[in-house]
Amino acid sequence: MAWLAPYNYWIFVFLMMIGLYTVVARGNLVKKVIGLNVFQASVILFYVSMGKINGGTAPILTGDPDTVYSNPLPHVLMLTAIVVGVATTALALALVVRINDAYGTVEEDEVQEMDRAS
Amino acid sequence: MNPLLANIVGHFPILQVVVPLVSAPLLSLLAFLRIRGLAWIVATLVSLITTVIAASLLASVWGGKVISYEVGGWAAPWGIEYRIDTLGALLLLIVASISTVTLVYGRSSVLQEIPEDRHPLFYTAWMLCVAGLLGMAVTGDAFNVFVFLEISSLSSYVLIAAGKRRESLTAAYRYLILGTIGATFFLIGVGLVYMMTGTLNIADMAEKIVAVRDTRAIKAAAAFLTVGLALKFALFPLHLWLPGAYTFAPSTVSAFLAATATKVSIYVLLRFDFIIFGQATPVAGLHFSQFLMPLSLAAIFAGSIAAVFQTNLKRLLAYSSVAQIGYIVLGISFANEDGLTGGIVHMFNHAATKGALFMAVGAMVYRLGSAELHDLRGLGRRMPLTAFSFFLGGISLIGVPFTAGFISKWYLISAALDDGNWPIAVLLLLSSLIAVIYIWRVIEVFYFTPPPDGAKTREAPAVMLAMVVLMAAATVYFGLDTRLSVGAANEAARILLSGGLL
Repeated sequence: MAWLAPYNYWIFVFLMMIGLYTVVARGNLVKKVIGLNVFQASVILFYVSMGKINGGTAPILTGDPDTVYSNPLPHVLMLTAIVVGVATTALALALVVRINDAYGTVEEDEVQEMDRAS
Repeated sequence: MNPLLANIVGHFPILQVVVPLVSAPLLSLLAFLRIRGLAWIVATLVSLITTVIAASLLASVWGGKVISYEVGGWAAPWGIEYRIDTLGALLLLIVASISTVTLVYGRSSVLQEIPEDRHPLFYTAWMLCVAGLLGMAVTGDAFNVFVFLEISSLSSYVLIAAGKRRESLTAAYRYLILGTIGATFFLIGVGLVYMMTGTLNIADMAEKIVAVRDTRAIKAAAAFLTVGLALKFALFPLHLWLPGAYTFAPSTVSAFLAATATKVSIYVLLRFDFIIFGQATPVAGLHFSQFLMPLSLAAIFAGSIAAVFQTNLKRLLAYSSVAQIGYIVLGISFANEDGLTGGIVHMFNHAATKGALFMAVGAMVYRLGSAELHDLRGLGRRMPLTAFSFFLGGISLIGVPFTAGFISKWYLISAALDDGNWPIAVLLLLSSLIAVIYIWRVIEVFYFTPPPDGAKTREAPAVMLAMVVLMAAATVYFGLDTRLSVGAANEAARILLSGGLL
């Protein structure tokens, strides 16, 4: 079962696939945005796992030279990625609201049908 | 030089990004102060300043020099390094100058297409997009590239959604979904490289990757980065967002994005493929970029053939963009000096050509309210200068001698022949013939069909027309005087092939 040991990475791959599948397979525009969110969250898990060191503690100086610290850099990067993710979600939902106003539906196939008709 | 001025010039690399970035919130304040007329003036002035900075940066790196700037005084590789070489400076100049020209051109068009109370916010999104694109070209830090990529992408979704018709909303939504997937793939790729090398500085990555270059993680990283960026620069078959986005965006936005946005993503790919992964072991004897050759050929043919069947002029140009991106990537995929020169010079020439074409179409839409070929009959008589500018851009797209397009095709074909790859040279000539067909269809409508009854001769407003003519003249000028375009491209190609480490 050694291949299961880095289980965070398996969860990352699993979440990534769920997210991508939702984006591709769902016809509802809101569900697609949620899929996109899951996909982005999986990457956050990936970076956070990367920074964790076995037995490592939070990177606050303890004064003891033997302390093992986790790597804070990937975690900091993810703060930025979370902000980007929030902005993307907000913008996507705003677009969905506008699409709902303009078309009266948030189902992709109905929207496409109306575009083809016009 | 005056010491204050010298100090400012020393900070040009960061000012290049900060000036448009800071102007964005100031512009959005204008929306609350209700001084809407000022928004355009501020945006144009700021854009002009960034163009001056870009030109001065290009002048100071000319001849193979590299500017390294430590943001906040933190030394690389711990701090963020801004690194400008000839290729980056050329990109900066393309983005900044096209932004200025399209802003000057677009004033009347924006007044017509966008409700006046939204102007400050429109220009806010515009300046954010410019800041993001410039940032991607200027930074030497891989994660910083991601941040700027998202800044430029998010603002371009807003710009596209500002289109008049409701289809612009769905086009923006589709671009948002695909663009975010692309950017997130890019982020995964950066993460994998960081995992293996422990650094985010691109120059530092190139050195540290040598020790781990055989690992599967690095190969996966290269795949994620390439696919993610290919989504952003719309390489066939990942181009699905592009035709809708360019067709339904406001005319000014189409002209700006078509000329700049995809190029900057290609530039990032160049840096990763040649500077970082160039040091890694080739897979199956192939350089990483060479996997793109079949896709780029497919892009050239699929894009050109789709363009032949379009009835909307904006959509026709968008599909032609898919093909032109194919040419750029084809040049890169040769991974030799002539090919890279051809690819990079085509980035420059295509920016001028497509800018001119989309701007000409914008002028037509301004006067006639439509870009359907059917409504543009007899345009050669109704808007003679605009139609002629389109003609000049069109022949540059085909690659007729004495136009910018010819220079790029010349380098691409000689790269194919140098490589002993004559079938590709033949395919390139064939694809130019398809371009002849789709441009000819437009020219026929313009010059050989009578205008509808009662149509008057009326050109777009003087400033708009002047900018269209200026860009059209540029496509001819850069076909005759290649010192700037080929000079910079050739130098950039040599830097890239030497691994970017001089």
